[in-house]
Amino acid sequence: MLALRMKKPPTEEELERRKIVGINAETVTHVTSTDFPGHYPQEEHFWDINIFRDNLKVEFHKNDPLEVSFSLVGVDASIANAFRRIMIADVPTVAIETVLMENNTSVIQDEVLAHRLGLIPFRGGKEGLHKFMNFLKKPADGEDPQYVDYNTIQLSLNVDCTHNEDAAKDEEDPSKLYHHANVYASDIEFHPVGRQTKYFAGEDAIAPVNPEILIAKLRPGQSIHCSMLMHKGVGSDHAKFSPVATASYRLLPTIKIKAPILGKEAEKFARCFPEGVIGLEKVTRKEAAQKGSEYEGHEGELKAVVKDTMRDTVSRECLRHDEFNKKVELGRRRDHFIYSIESAGQWNSDAIFLESVALFKEKARKLEQQVVNMVR
Amino acid sequence: MSREAYQVPNTGSPSYGGGASGGGVTMVNRDPFAAEPSTVMIYTCGDCAVKVPLEKNAPIRCQKCGARVLYKERTKRMVQFEAR
Repeated sequence: MLALRMKKPPTEEELERRKIVGINAETVTHVTSTDFPGHYPQEEHFWDINIFRDNLKVEFHKNDPLEVSFSLVGVDASIANAFRRIMIADVPTVAIETVLMENNTSVIQDEVLAHRLGLIPFRGGKEGLHKFMNFLKKPADGEDPQYVDYNTIQLSLNVDCTHNEDAAKDEEDPSKLYHHANVYASDIEFHPVGRQTKYFAGEDAIAPVNPEILIAKLRPGQSIHCSMLMHKGVGSDHAKFSPVATASYRLLPTIKIKAPILGKEAEKFARCFPEGVIGLEKVTRKEAAQKGSEYEGHEGELKAVVKDTMRDTVSRECLRHDEFNKKVELGRRRDHFIYSIESAGQWNSDAIFLESVALFKEKARKLEQQVVNMVR
Repeated sequence: MSREAYQVPNTGSPSYGGGASGGGVTMVNRDPFAAEPSTVMIYTCGDCAVKVPLEKNAPIRCQKCGARVLYKERTKRMVQFEAR
């Protein structure tokens, strides 16, 4: 018994091996994580804040206002997925919710037009949108909602299509032949109320992120007159409130070359992967001189080396060729998440992730209170 | 007949009020025939799309092209939609 308890802790190599999801030609192995108490005999693996803190790593690959890519290393898939879901469904944005149609003689129906207007992403002063604006309280049955400056933004769209008298006689392009033949998102006007004049002044005015979104097409005599009310909402209510275009993660691919791949084979091997994943290097004299390295007598030849697995798409192409099948091992690192977040424009893309962390904390706090109440 | 006649709505609809629709242009301001609402109705010609004002008992006919197909105009009442 004593001997069993004295079992050596797992080596660094063994721990690394346990983190890899195996990828074969047609199957995937070792999908679930095993770093929890009770899985390996005589090993603890309890969750510890200090161990977690030491292992957690965040590294940015790209940080643009509308697109961010970064690695989050050292968390479980459940946590990583929670962040992704919160970003899509729980980070609030402001979008058109009510359309008051006064006149619409265009060929596009009122309902469809209202739906199209709702899907247009808007931008504006960050402080005003994220701090000042708040959710509209749902009114009690039979009561009118309370529209005030901190929960409602007013917009209007007023366009009439008319003939352009200055157009050339043989003109065929409707956008030149008529005024307002195309209704664009930039035709929407913002009407600030109360404190909104302060928060959404000048550059910070509420405006469509993409001014050239086509809303409708008109012909002379047709017109659209409507006013719109914007409210704050979350993506779980309607996709138009989602702050992201996409928010996804993938696991870091790993490629392990078990036996040397040389010469022509190495070039073919490199072509099995996207550019930059596999590099070609010359076998050095030292390697060739080493006995049992399988490089003997190959000095100066090209060998395949793994350069950048981040760029790999894990197409598994190399596993289709028999000559590589035994020499290479594909995998993914289970705790290395490469996030890619594209903002729809209302938030900065990196701020969406930070907000998701804040919301996650808030949810955890609420859950904690529930558990405390349950035990009491 | 009189019950189904075209009724010109009052300025702004009562439930949403002129206040809610900041940029809203109410019907009375745009309609040149608001002064005599009960006698003249405006139709749209089905052929040449011109606006045709018709009095009660007038022949149903476009004054410009003579077409006999006239369309009723869309209601001037405000209609509310959910943008979903």
